[in-house]
Amino acid sequence: MAQLKTPADLKYAKSDEWVKIEGGEAVFGVSDYAQDSLSDVVFVELPTVGTEVKAGQPFGTIESVKAASDLNAPISGVVTAVNSALEDAPEKVNTDPYGEAWMIRIKPSDLDELNALMDMDAYTKYCEERG
Amino acid sequence: METINQLKTLEPLIYDLGSDGRFSPTLMPACDVPEAELPTGLTRDELYLPEVAEMDVVRHFVRLSTMNYAIDKGFYPLGSCTMKYNPKINEDMARLPGFAQTHPLQEQETVQGNLALMYELQQWLAEIAGFKGVSLQPAAGAQGELAGILMIRAYHLDRGDDKRTKILVPNSAHGTNPATSTMAGYTVVELPSDDKGDVDLEALRKAADETVAGMMITVPSTLGVFDHNILEIVKIIHDCGGLMYMDGANMNALLGVAKPGEMGFDVMHYNLHKTFSTPHGGGGPGSGPVAVNEKLLPFLPGPIVKVSEPGTDEYAALYSWHTPEKTIGRLKAFHGNFGMHVRAYTYITLHGAEGLKAISRYAVLNANYVRVKLADTFKVPYNRMCGHEVVLEGRLADAPGVHALDISKRLMDYGIHPPTNYFPLIVPEALLIEPTESESKETLDHFIEVMKTIASEARENPEVLHSAPHVTPVSRLDEVLAAKQLVLCCRPAYLDKEG
Repeated sequence: MAQLKTPADLKYAKSDEWVKIEGGEAVFGVSDYAQDSLSDVVFVELPTVGTEVKAGQPFGTIESVKAASDLNAPISGVVTAVNSALEDAPEKVNTDPYGEAWMIRIKPSDLDELNALMDMDAYTKYCEERG
Repeated sequence: METINQLKTLEPLIYDLGSDGRFSPTLMPACDVPEAELPTGLTRDELYLPEVAEMDVVRHFVRLSTMNYAIDKGFYPLGSCTMKYNPKINEDMARLPGFAQTHPLQEQETVQGNLALMYELQQWLAEIAGFKGVSLQPAAGAQGELAGILMIRAYHLDRGDDKRTKILVPNSAHGTNPATSTMAGYTVVELPSDDKGDVDLEALRKAADETVAGMMITVPSTLGVFDHNILEIVKIIHDCGGLMYMDGANMNALLGVAKPGEMGFDVMHYNLHKTFSTPHGGGGPGSGPVAVNEKLLPFLPGPIVKVSEPGTDEYAALYSWHTPEKTIGRLKAFHGNFGMHVRAYTYITLHGAEGLKAISRYAVLNANYVRVKLADTFKVPYNRMCGHEVVLEGRLADAPGVHALDISKRLMDYGIHPPTNYFPLIVPEALLIEPTESESKETLDHFIEVMKTIASEARENPEVLHSAPHVTPVSRLDEVLAAKQLVLCCRPAYLDKEG
């Protein structure tokens, strides 16, 4: 577990998505723990620009050789950009979950929702508890 | 591609075994209708059909069959699938000309035997699960589920209640349950499980309101456990006006022991291809009859069989097709997968009431035997009396890097079919093991010993697990390619050469 990365500048949801605030916008992806538990990712389905996403509600799906799961929005807002490269190269989720495999960018509607999320320390502990 | 090449080395495609004009003499009936030329616009020559002798065909498929794995070859503890032994008498009965050579469009007066068999099977399935009526139409479990949820919807709409939009589904349900609810146009609300593996009652109470059409629950759940609070769950849903659907795929744990209808369930489907030993896993087709209580009786998919004239000492009863009054309609052409009805009928006849009860008792005993014997080696996350299957965590604290998949692949080297992997989703590295009642204590002991050997190998020589299987016709498959490349088409080698 120790070798899994949990960057300090992100916030994390219980359902293992991360969010990063960048110049008034928020970027979502899934954590290193999530990609490691999912194993080889074979398919990512994302919303289109303009879609409204709600904190805790699904915004897309991710499928690995093991299972298909919902992608849940850590915070609410409207989608401004989508990483369409993941359509052809979903394996980037495994190789670079915090970089190339960002999923969507949104205009957040309520930044206070960030307070309900975990920081690096809390998330690392949460992952360790699950083994 | 590597796997396909490995396979081609072992056994060529049938296309590559032939030669122009090669055939075996055979006896064809003389043509007794006028011959006509096909219109030129409709003929084509791009279909490459293999031209082979009878012996080539026989050898080709016999060789392929020896590379396959089946319940007739060895232990097949694939959880959630009930891969029990399918008695050969089922096949004999299904091949009796009176069954096999009837046509679904024959006048019903001429197929009274078939109708009698279907009627009795409907009655037996209703009796076994404590329901009032059964339709044999659904072609498999998922279609049975869809029938059940469509009946629940029809029931609410029939009462003028169109405000119900949700179906509750515990996270320990079969994956088809949320899929079915979505297909039927409902919103799925997932319910968490508590630390014992039962439905979280507090979450259920919160979710149960006047927008709930019903709840789909798998009993025993995919964790292999029978929910302690099942009667309370049924009551909570009924109190909010919803109906209860039981996924009966796991009925092999309950035959003659517990009746879902008496627990208060309104509708349930069976999988004849699991509980009642009709072939599945490539040998299908399936069959998923749906059973209902009085409330849903008018909505059954039809036609079903009813008695039109009761029998006397002198004359047999007469049977006919009957379409229930408010039926959700037909689910399948004709009358379901009739060949499976014959096999399930045979199996029930073979065992009788006491025999069916013994089946479930041994299925539960076998799963618990495996659970107790392996609990020292592998973590059993819900370590309590289980039903017909048990879920383990396929990971070991002192063998990091070894996954459930590696253990499963290594089992193949020992001649055992792997259990279900990574399901249920709420158990990390899940291995879902269902021995079924078919297996002897010797087989179970051998499996337990092999599992312990593999655990030792995982600690001492993990590489042998990572590179497994080693003795199967092909080595580890490329699961990523299999998931991504959806269209596979085998072409003769000479066409590949031409590009």
